[in-house]
Amino acid sequence: MSLAAQFAVQRGSLDLEVDLAVAPAHVLVLLGPNGAGKSTVLRVLAGLLRPDAGRIVLGDAVLDEPAAGRHVPPYERPVGMVFQDYLLFPHLSTVDNIAFGLRSRRVPKAQARTAARVWLDRVGLAEYARVKPGSLSGGQSQRVALARALIGSPELLLLDEPLAALDARTKLEIRADLRRHLAEYGGATVVVSHDPIDAMALADEVAVIERGRVVQSGPPGEVARRPRTDYVARLIGLTLLAGTGEGTQVRLESGVAVAVAEPAHGSVYVAIRPEAVAIYPTQPHGSPRNVWPARVASATPHGSAVRCDLTGPVPLTADLTATAFAELGLAPGSEIWATVKAHEVDVYAR
Amino acid sequence: MSDPAILYDPALDTRPPRSRRSRRTRRSEVSGSRVPLALLLPAILGIAFLVLPMVGLLIRAPWSDLLLRLAEPQVGQALRLSLITATMATVVSMILGIPIAWVLARSNIRGRSILRALVTVPLVLPPVVGGVALFLVLGRRGLIGSWLYETFGFSLPFTTAAVVIAETFVAMPFLIISVEGALRAADARFEDAAATLGAGGWSTFRRVTLPMVAPGVAAGAVLCWARALGEFGATITFAGNFPGTTQTMPLAVYLALQNDPQAAIVLSLVLLAVSLATLTLLRERWLTRA
Repeated sequence: MSLAAQFAVQRGSLDLEVDLAVAPAHVLVLLGPNGAGKSTVLRVLAGLLRPDAGRIVLGDAVLDEPAAGRHVPPYERPVGMVFQDYLLFPHLSTVDNIAFGLRSRRVPKAQARTAARVWLDRVGLAEYARVKPGSLSGGQSQRVALARALIGSPELLLLDEPLAALDARTKLEIRADLRRHLAEYGGATVVVSHDPIDAMALADEVAVIERGRVVQSGPPGEVARRPRTDYVARLIGLTLLAGTGEGTQVRLESGVAVAVAEPAHGSVYVAIRPEAVAIYPTQPHGSPRNVWPARVASATPHGSAVRCDLTGPVPLTADLTATAFAELGLAPGSEIWATVKAHEVDVYAR
Repeated sequence: MSDPAILYDPALDTRPPRSRRSRRTRRSEVSGSRVPLALLLPAILGIAFLVLPMVGLLIRAPWSDLLLRLAEPQVGQALRLSLITATMATVVSMILGIPIAWVLARSNIRGRSILRALVTVPLVLPPVVGGVALFLVLGRRGLIGSWLYETFGFSLPFTTAAVVIAETFVAMPFLIISVEGALRAADARFEDAAATLGAGGWSTFRRVTLPMVAPGVAAGAVLCWARALGEFGATITFAGNFPGTTQTMPLAVYLALQNDPQAAIVLSLVLLAVSLATLTLLRERWLTRA
């Protein structure tokens, strides 16, 4: 079943207006900062919150259309949802948690439990059937919550920050599991996340939401390569600059010119990857056409590299190896020179 | 890729606190922290004031012929009536009070604070006044009572049903307040989760909300039952004092005190034992958790 959701909702200071489409068996990841309205989108799709305007269609069924007075209540929607902290019912065993949805549909108890055990086995927790959720780990809870949402064969699956509550190591494992389950699932999936890695790992499509609006959407690779807002760029680690194309150079709003390889015209974005920025203690001479003085504003470990935020005529983010960082004797406040080769600068229309 | 850990904002973390213990008041770890004398003396005096009457009761009890007196039919009759009516009042209070608590805690109806005030009036109202009010409404000439009498030929006052009504009137607010508190403390998002799993309003209440507030309901029911068991004023006003039908233990105690003080002590001892037994029985299971 495909989802087509176009709606607006006003809630406190949040003014949300989105237009989303998800094909069957596809995963849409809503990526955005906290408070952008991502979770509100899920609540509307689940039917827990009524939109003020618009239309939500799942397959052939209209779930919401305020203008026509239509609102299908959550308990009548073919929707499964995994909540941020899973919300497993503390008074029920894991098997009864998973069976809950079937029991709501008046499936006899024994039959529902048998089906729940099959799911418990499928998520690798067969021996935990009688355990209460309170004694499960975060990763185990997540799997139970996923099984609980999927057992009713929903046509739409909603996951609210499914990995946010997990520690780094569990996350890796659960993410791989989740990916496998989503690949087996035939319905449309909407995942909310603020973690770009989750988005890249799980998504067929990414929609970036900021302040209640979708600011960019597309395949994850495309969004990562060509971010359209500073938020996405920083998430990915890119430096994003707006300017005007003047052939093989782009004039930034600050007046500084950035040399580019591909001729560009009109309003454009310039994106620079942190590993494309080279740093010199003195002004270098030679091939790079982009040479700017800079000052190290901050330096943080980033994987095996050191990520430096640079201030200067062009604000940049640079990745250095730890060795290079040490050899150059860098520290916050160091005055350096930054260079970027013209063909390492990505230019695309705004 | 930037470090995702940086993007985590604890201020927006809505996860509930891990343990209940963290919500409790922490004691000072400083050893030898002494209770100031100005607090200690009144505290000791207060404890003596609370405990001495019960000790007195035990000392003055006619222990030698206690069993004999307990075997008297009036004692058993009054005790049985008290236990039955208090239990029935608790059941009625739960059937009516839990929905009221739900409305107060969960709904958005207007005038909710006024409703709460109205519902808890019996808490502060002298029970005798409650009894008079019940009489005016449900008595044979009362607003509803006269209609009851004319239509069904049925009169409530001075029946066992009247005892249950009087006890319910006085005791139900205890249950309502306890359950409302439990409902407010419970995470309403579990009800959202139930809704996405196909459970409608009633089903969600029955399968999720009620089990989650069960300790609060139990604590409320115990308070309610204890209050109903000790009810005197409203009962004697509205239901009268007829052995076998409306004479509950407290009424029997009062009556016995005038004719046979020894009997009053015995009856009081029985009530004290029942109360303590209930408290110790349920304390371990429910009250400490609520």
